Amino acid sequence: MTVARRLLFAAALPVVLFVGWWVLSADSESFYSPPLSEILTAFGNTWTLAAIKAEVVPSLLRLFAGYLLASIAGVGLGLAIGLNRRLRATLEPVLEFFRAIPPPVLVPVIMLFAGIGDGMKVIVIVFGCVWPILLNTVEGVRAVDSVVLETARSYRVTGTARLTKVILPSAGPQIVTGLRQALSIAIILMVISEMFAASNGLGFTIVQFQRSFAIPEMWSGIILLGLLGFALSLLFRLAEKRVLRWYEGLREAQRRAG
Amino acid sequence: MLEVKGLKKVYRSGSREVEALRDLTFTVDNGDLVCLVGPSGCGKTTLLRCISGLLEPTSGDVKVNGKAVAGPPPGMAVVFQEYGRSLFPWMSVRDNVELPLKQKKVSKPRRAELVEEALDAVGLTGTETAYPWQLSGGMQQRVAIARAVAYEPETLLMDEPFAAVDAQTRADLEDLVRKLWQRLKVTVLFVTHDIDEAVYLGRRVVMLSSSPTVVQDELVIDLPAERDQLHTRADPRFIELRTRVYEQIQLAKKAAAK
Repeated sequence: MTVARRLLFAAALPVVLFVGWWVLSADSESFYSPPLSEILTAFGNTWTLAAIKAEVVPSLLRLFAGYLLASIAGVGLGLAIGLNRRLRATLEPVLEFFRAIPPPVLVPVIMLFAGIGDGMKVIVIVFGCVWPILLNTVEGVRAVDSVVLETARSYRVTGTARLTKVILPSAGPQIVTGLRQALSIAIILMVISEMFAASNGLGFTIVQFQRSFAIPEMWSGIILLGLLGFALSLLFRLAEKRVLRWYEGLREAQRRAG
Repeated sequence: MLEVKGLKKVYRSGSREVEALRDLTFTVDNGDLVCLVGPSGCGKTTLLRCISGLLEPTSGDVKVNGKAVAGPPPGMAVVFQEYGRSLFPWMSVRDNVELPLKQKKVSKPRRAELVEEALDAVGLTGTETAYPWQLSGGMQQRVAIARAVAYEPETLLMDEPFAAVDAQTRADLEDLVRKLWQRLKVTVLFVTHDIDEAVYLGRRVVMLSSSPTVVQDELVIDLPAERDQLHTRADPRFIELRTRVYEQIQLAKKAAAK
């Protein structure tokens, strides 16, 4: 498919939805679902550069801090657990338990310990999105091909080089899967943590609008969140394509060999 | 000199014991090219893994130049049968060949030299930046051989390296191994299940029995040093020798069936 056609296919459904929403809501009298035109006007008025700086940037900073910490902790611990059978046997049931807890319920608990500042929100994000990264890293490390490991051993590739040149790249595709899942969880927790207790941020602002019956503004915030999530996942896909180029190529080659 | 003395390997899983190697004794002189040949499932790979220090024997010992093998010895390179899994798909051909050298703390200019020479020796100049999966099976096995050659080993172990390539590629690779052996004066231990290949390549052939494995017989291949696929394989002496080896292998199989 050419680029133009692919763009057309990708854009078709969003356009249809947009037009549908526009037409269906055009003469809406309902207070809670105002016409889209009104929401878009509110969007322009609400999300000025100053507002973005005051509300969106703090949210994003907390998101990135939490996501980064979770990635480091998840991959680091995942490597250790994946490489050590005894550690794995001890920790795996506990990890499964923690993963099974829906992260939003941790917000009130973490608030008790960490207060209601940025620290609390970052901790909530870390706690919620570390699990898919951790568990996928463990799986990825465990699944490293035995021939790969024996090759590394017989050529005396040990220590740091073994980790960074052999184990991590080999587990890479699985780690990236974990990171992708974690990103969407992180966005959800960013919003939720701000809805509980905050003085700025996207989640906070949307709740404020709702409580003050600024309904078009509330909708505009939700649209902004959607756009933000979309942009982040696009960025993630671009990064993934670069890092895992070898993996795509390998799979393509294997398919052709079939 | 490579010495294998009274080597025994018993695999245990629960209460079941499988005796893979019973009692193996043979030596490979420095600079010799010895082929190990035996019926399929006779524990050739187990033997090779014991020699390369990847697997601990149950009893008996392996010595390289008088030093007992415990873990992969320096100065030994292994070419595995599964080239597709033994080359790292996330690295270019150059990086694959270079990684063991980095571990050996070879200086950067010398590394570049060794990589270039090795790739040139296997006829792969110009593929440095390609990924292994972009190459054909035969070329991938050449990369694996180049990696071993660049390592400048004293001993080169090859575990059925050509079992998975087509017949013509195989003939080319056999000639390549002979050529490299003559040029580099390394000690080569070549494991195969192919009797013709063993006789064509080796200066000596060690025949193994069926599992539990012992040395069935040894044979000096008194063919001229200059060999080529067309004439050597039609040489009456070649046919005589391969018949000898074939008879021994048949005998080994019969003994196992009893």
